[in-house]
Amino acid sequence: MVGFILRRVGVSILILLAASFVMFNLVALSTDPLEDLRSSNNPNKQQLIEARIQLANLDVAPPLRWAMWIGGAAKCLIPFANACDLGTTFQGAPVTEVLPIAMVSTIQMVTAALLLAILFGISTGILSALRENSGFDVSFTVLSLFLYSLPSFLAAALLKNFIAIGFNDFLQDPVIPIVVAVIVGVVVALIVQAVVGGDTRRRVTSGGTSFVLTTGLLIYMSVTGWFLTPGFGPVGVILLSAGAAVGVTTLIAGIHQRRALLTAGIVAVAGIISYFALQGLFDVSTFATIGILFVVALAVGFAAGFFVGGDDRGQNMRIGVLVAVIISVIILIDRFMQSFPGYMDDMNGRPIATVGSATPGYAPDNMWRVGLDVFFHLLLPTISLLTISFAGYTRYARAGMIEVLSQDYVRTARAKGMPERVVVVRHAFRNVLIPITTLVATDLGGLLGGAIITEFIFAIPGMGALFQRSLGPGDLYPVMGYFIVIAFMAILFNFLADLAYAALDPRVRVR
Amino acid sequence: MSSTISATPGDVEERSVSQSRIIWRRFLSQKVGLIAAIVLLAVVAFACSAVGLGPIPGWWKYNWYDLSNSVNGGEPTLTLFPFSLGDHPFGQDRIGRDYFAMTMRGIQNSFVAMVLITGIALIVGVTVGAIAGYFRGWVDAVLMRLTDVFIVIPAIVIAAVVGNWAGAVGVWVLGSMLGFFSWMVIARLVRGEFLSLREREFVEAARVAGASDARIIFRHILPNATGVIIVSGSLLAAGAILLEAAISLLGYGIRSPDVSLGLLIGVNQSAFTVRPWLFWWPALFIVTLALSANIFGDALREAFDPRSRRFSRRRTKDRENGIEPGVSAPTTLMDAAAQNPRTGTPTLQDPE
Repeated sequence: MVGFILRRVGVSILILLAASFVMFNLVALSTDPLEDLRSSNNPNKQQLIEARIQLANLDVAPPLRWAMWIGGAAKCLIPFANACDLGTTFQGAPVTEVLPIAMVSTIQMVTAALLLAILFGISTGILSALRENSGFDVSFTVLSLFLYSLPSFLAAALLKNFIAIGFNDFLQDPVIPIVVAVIVGVVVALIVQAVVGGDTRRRVTSGGTSFVLTTGLLIYMSVTGWFLTPGFGPVGVILLSAGAAVGVTTLIAGIHQRRALLTAGIVAVAGIISYFALQGLFDVSTFATIGILFVVALAVGFAAGFFVGGDDRGQNMRIGVLVAVIISVIILIDRFMQSFPGYMDDMNGRPIATVGSATPGYAPDNMWRVGLDVFFHLLLPTISLLTISFAGYTRYARAGMIEVLSQDYVRTARAKGMPERVVVVRHAFRNVLIPITTLVATDLGGLLGGAIITEFIFAIPGMGALFQRSLGPGDLYPVMGYFIVIAFMAILFNFLADLAYAALDPRVRVR
Repeated sequence: MSSTISATPGDVEERSVSQSRIIWRRFLSQKVGLIAAIVLLAVVAFACSAVGLGPIPGWWKYNWYDLSNSVNGGEPTLTLFPFSLGDHPFGQDRIGRDYFAMTMRGIQNSFVAMVLITGIALIVGVTVGAIAGYFRGWVDAVLMRLTDVFIVIPAIVIAAVVGNWAGAVGVWVLGSMLGFFSWMVIARLVRGEFLSLREREFVEAARVAGASDARIIFRHILPNATGVIIVSGSLLAAGAILLEAAISLLGYGIRSPDVSLGLLIGVNQSAFTVRPWLFWWPALFIVTLALSANIFGDALREAFDPRSRRFSRRRTKDRENGIEPGVSAPTTLMDAAAQNPRTGTPTLQDPE
């Protein structure tokens, strides 16, 4: 094992060196760093050219320049020395200062999209596989194939021109026509009945219920002007918390497990009490306060599971923590929504932004409005990235689940009388997760690479934009700074994926 | 993916048929894949004939670079009821160029880029993979580390750098250059295939009979690896269309006065509210091209994958009821996607 790791590290370093050499020379040969100066009318043109040649060592041949650059980059490996030298941009800023700023922007944009894509993609894929060849399966198969073929720039441009402008216009007069409410209700009903499946009666009941609920809710929201003053309200929070408790218990332990249900119930009640108790604190809280409260919530969930205990203490603790997380998120969303009217006023009634990652010069002292500002700027890029990776995860999860469900151990589990929930969640789902883990690891490795095109269209100053902005004028060092970060991440996560695979699947041995 | 296509019980009762025939029949049974292939070829043929290919002039009266007088304020003159093309069916761009000719030229360029990228990537990838997998040892180690070096650099990054260099010269150079940097996934797949095939008895037999390395590679192993090669090639093709579009959108690919679908969308997305047709026509065709290439690739993969039958319950039921399998094959496009992602299914996604 140690030998394997050492060998991999050695090979990785060589690959990184070689790849950076290729990249360095390609960029150096393919760009003309003096083009903009040569064509300028500046009187001290010659001086500027001299200065840039000095700054970027342009008088040295590219392979030698690479050696100088890699020497500076190698100093990054010395811990705590702060000797990192990745060169400077044409504007004279050290690359080591430009990179972190871009990274933060990119991480902000990509993280939510990746998490949501994994969550939705895997659940849709698994539902599709469980209802193989049903209407639901075929529709989502076609949908994901379509999303797969939709170029990201097209999705981004469409979102900008329809969702952003359309929703902002809608907020001027937030009334949903009855017809629209009915159509949305029908669509939801069709999806729900297809997921639930079973005989006609069950389908009609589930579809009908969801139709009435959806349409009723939409009309209610429209009539009460919910879109201008959104929020779950106390009733909503109580209902959602109870739903979370029941849902999590059903999925993980089965609703008949008294102790599991008790754990979830305790956590839910604690959550609801804290919702009412903490509203005053929320008004003056900062991101740090929220972080501490979140840790407390996790501890409560953990403790509830531990003290209820019973035969399956570990499972109860898992349920407790999961319910605590979900309820914390519900309460947070509710609080953010309460700040929405104020934010609307600040933005002159057009909240959804189409460019940038924050409103320039907008610095309210209220953390909720800052959060909303980030949220509305990143909403569209997130959706556009989501559509692409969602399709990929759906395909993998569906294919993996179908394969696993045809395995002998699944048949054995069914044959010995395990409930379908246990077969799906314990026997099948866990095995589907093995190949998906590696996929997630690869995606995480690519996360810092950003999404060049999405960043380009939404004008987000992230890693992709840094690359794109520097490549045009031939600014070599920021391009290489970008490259070294993504190459390092790609190699690191590839390695982690291999280790995770070996850890999760005992049949795989690392050599 | 296994290399041999095992005959299912339904096929055994018939007269013996060749492997390629089984695959061909399976592909035809998938109406969706066939339709996608026809749509793809029809659109490309229509586009190429409209604006002409190289020295051969097309039938459309305008070309994509000359300016003409503004008709109807530049709006599309195409009407469906009654059907009439009008003077500029897709409208005109801001400076009066005929948008139909521009869109058709864009489709043509997308197709040329796709063919070049896929073709060159296949040639290089198969060569590297075959040599590495067949000879193993240090040759394999060197070639695979070389592959790793190129695979570390994301496709769109290397394409932007290469496009920045070659884009101004035109689509032929751009496509070829991009092809030389897109072969890595194919090389890995082909290597894996060769590694397992070279241990098989028929290779052993050929070697004992005195066949040379070249003969074994070309006559014995390569035909058995066609499945992997064709499937990964077709999926690479779908990605290649999007790659070219993305590069041109960023301004590193094909440049004005020549046109590409990606360039058209990039230039016109800001004019969306004023001249929406400048955005919609290229958008429509790029989705059509990418979608049909993807569906076609999926159908090919299904046809080549012997395992894909196992999962189809309806087909199993049909067989039990004595209905000939494969006639009413359900369109489960993704069954065959059950490949382990570690073996590296080709990226058919957007380069994002």
